[in-house]
Amino acid sequence: MAISDVKEYAHLTEEEVDQLGRELDAIRAEIEESRGADDAAYINRLIKIQRGLAAAGRVTLMAGTQSSKTRKPAVALGVALLALHKILENMEIGHNVMHGQWDWMNDPEIHSSNWEWDTAQPAEQWKHSHNYVHHQFTNVLGYDNDIGYGILRMAREQKWSPYNLGQPVYNSLLALLFEWGVSLHDLDIERIRKGEKDPKEMKRQLKQIFRKGRNQILKDYVVYPALAGRQWKTVLGANVTSNIIRNLWSYVIIFCGHFPDGAMHFTEEEIEDESRSEWYLRQILGAANFQGGPLLHIMSGNLGFQIEHHLYPDLPSNRYAEISVRIRELCEKYDLPYTTGPLHRQYGQALRTIIKLSLPNSLTSSDQPFETARPSPPQEPPEPPTPARDRKRRADSERPHRRRELGGWSRAGAAARA
Amino acid sequence: MANSGTIPWERVRRAGAKLTTPLHPDDYLRLLNPLWSSRELRGRIERVIPETDDAATLVIRPGWGWRYDHRPGQYVGIGVQVEGRFQWRSYSVSSPPKRDRGTIAITVRAMPEGLLSGHLVKGLEPGTIVRLALPEGDFVLPDPPPQRMLFLVGGSGITPVIAMLRTLDRRGTMPDVVLHYSSPSKGRMIFRDELARLAEKHHGLTFHELHTDADGMLDLADLGEICRDWRERETYACGPGPMLDAVAEHFEANDLEDHLHLERFSLQLGGEGGEGGTITFRNSGKTIDSDGATTVLEAGEQAGIGMPFGCRMGICHTCTLTLVDGTVRDLRNGDEYDNPNEPVQTCVTAAVGDCTLDI
Repeated sequence: MAISDVKEYAHLTEEEVDQLGRELDAIRAEIEESRGADDAAYINRLIKIQRGLAAAGRVTLMAGTQSSKTRKPAVALGVALLALHKILENMEIGHNVMHGQWDWMNDPEIHSSNWEWDTAQPAEQWKHSHNYVHHQFTNVLGYDNDIGYGILRMAREQKWSPYNLGQPVYNSLLALLFEWGVSLHDLDIERIRKGEKDPKEMKRQLKQIFRKGRNQILKDYVVYPALAGRQWKTVLGANVTSNIIRNLWSYVIIFCGHFPDGAMHFTEEEIEDESRSEWYLRQILGAANFQGGPLLHIMSGNLGFQIEHHLYPDLPSNRYAEISVRIRELCEKYDLPYTTGPLHRQYGQALRTIIKLSLPNSLTSSDQPFETARPSPPQEPPEPPTPARDRKRRADSERPHRRRELGGWSRAGAAARA
Repeated sequence: MANSGTIPWERVRRAGAKLTTPLHPDDYLRLLNPLWSSRELRGRIERVIPETDDAATLVIRPGWGWRYDHRPGQYVGIGVQVEGRFQWRSYSVSSPPKRDRGTIAITVRAMPEGLLSGHLVKGLEPGTIVRLALPEGDFVLPDPPPQRMLFLVGGSGITPVIAMLRTLDRRGTMPDVVLHYSSPSKGRMIFRDELARLAEKHHGLTFHELHTDADGMLDLADLGEICRDWRERETYACGPGPMLDAVAEHFEANDLEDHLHLERFSLQLGGEGGEGGTITFRNSGKTIDSDGATTVLEAGEQAGIGMPFGCRMGICHTCTLTLVDGTVRDLRNGDEYDNPNEPVQTCVTAAVGDCTLDI
């Protein structure tokens, strides 16, 4: 059952929600105040490591494959280095820089306005589809295009159609080709199909995707293999493998953000006149963390702290761990759910939902925990078999203005629509 | 950017970008040497030479993209990371233009309460990487130099002047020059020994020093006593704001303002203010009502926008943003900018009516 009023769902009064908002604001202010040389050193060191891994991976594959003696270990090592570098670049560096987490350094080389990441999607389109559409309208049906990415049915409130029977297959394809799935995300293929997309904007976006995708393909699948001479096939294969590893890893991490049980969905009634505090509350209810050691968190761009990331998308990711301690305390204080679990369990739940929702609601039952710890849960109306309402996606002109803390996005024509 | 003359090199780097896309080859080369990048101008602090108790000369080796064609008297922007954040200031280049040494020097005095100047004088280790902005400024030594010159200098205002004097010394073309240099005390006088040496070496150079703690400030009415023919000279004045105001007034009163050249180290917003209006920051959709005296930069900061900034005095262009729509006025001279998509310096402009910025 999607939530239409976060306050009511959380059994909090308006004053309590406002107080929660103030406490969350205070944590933000404290972290902003304490950003300093150590944080700057962290991101600079990480960028150095990541670029070092990239160079080492390319050289290992280039040189190591030339002799038959070293070929096998060189391929294994090269693939590992390249995959590591791409994962670090996409998750802990690119994603977070584009959120504006490091803009405070006033460093033009590590800034959300001009960072371009090592994946097929152009940064500008990512900043729109992710920073704005996903982070502001998190898990709101019809507003957040990340509920299934227009490919999968991930909420029981989404209309079922026979197309959904193929979900396990689409899911596998999406995992393998994740980079390319993401690159088409901001195009909004659903709107294109319905003929609602502005053709000029579509052409501009397609051109951007084509240019970026071409450069990525040329680099990994043409230029580097060509440089390897007779070993071009080996290097090509290694590059394909490393990209697939990166795709699978990012797919798993991203599917753990909002699809495990406990991450709630919301209806458009919720975002009508939503206050900042209610927005905070929605982020807590709509996101799911996973547990792990520091290395796992760095390799996943600190998205295991999905709740903290959604509360403070533009605070430096290396601080999420310390923030999470405070958020847990707040959740206990206000008796709010704080969804977390080991990575395999969180992903397992997401996968189960994908498979389950390939069938109509009448054949399955919900896994969402409806009650918080309080004794008197709100009256739940009986769940409709399959909701009749088709919640179509909204264009930017139908959405409220974006919030500042989500990180910037920019494109020609944005002013016209704003 | 400066390699337009060496096309093959540019071509190599463009080809290299096919291997490093979406990054630039420079993003990898800088791992080997931080100066091997022309994405942003950088420099490495080579030496920090103490000049007085509170002033030091920083010798900087600029990286790729630097042009050594600065004119004596010009200043450069320098960006230094303090507590993780780049802070920008501008300082006169004190070294004469000379390419083969591969370094430039700036001389900095630690200002009381000046967080950055204090850091530059006391806290910079050789080897530190700083950001640089290309030389700018009109307070320069003309070529050829005027036959007779007068320098009126107060405190750290000596830094552009020493660059001019060093250039004249190096070229061996010292004309008839009178230098009047005021400083609170002998010990606070930057370049005192060198100036004395130059005055000894060149007959044309006369060096007056005034220690204002002991002898009081220069009364401009007495200028004729220091330099009888001051009216016939091209005068270059550099120093604290009040001193420059007094000099400007004195020259105007004598109808000689055409022969006076000033260098101010602080922003003077002498022009008319804007009318104010609502400034919209388009990426965030944030708006703020701003009056005509508040700069766009200040307004943006008040609205909570992460505005880029540098020197905050219209020099370094770090704060430049695209004006999508509307009009802004340059508070220094009243110039108006109203072309759609025109880049404007936010630190010295204010809104004239409603306007929209791309950030």
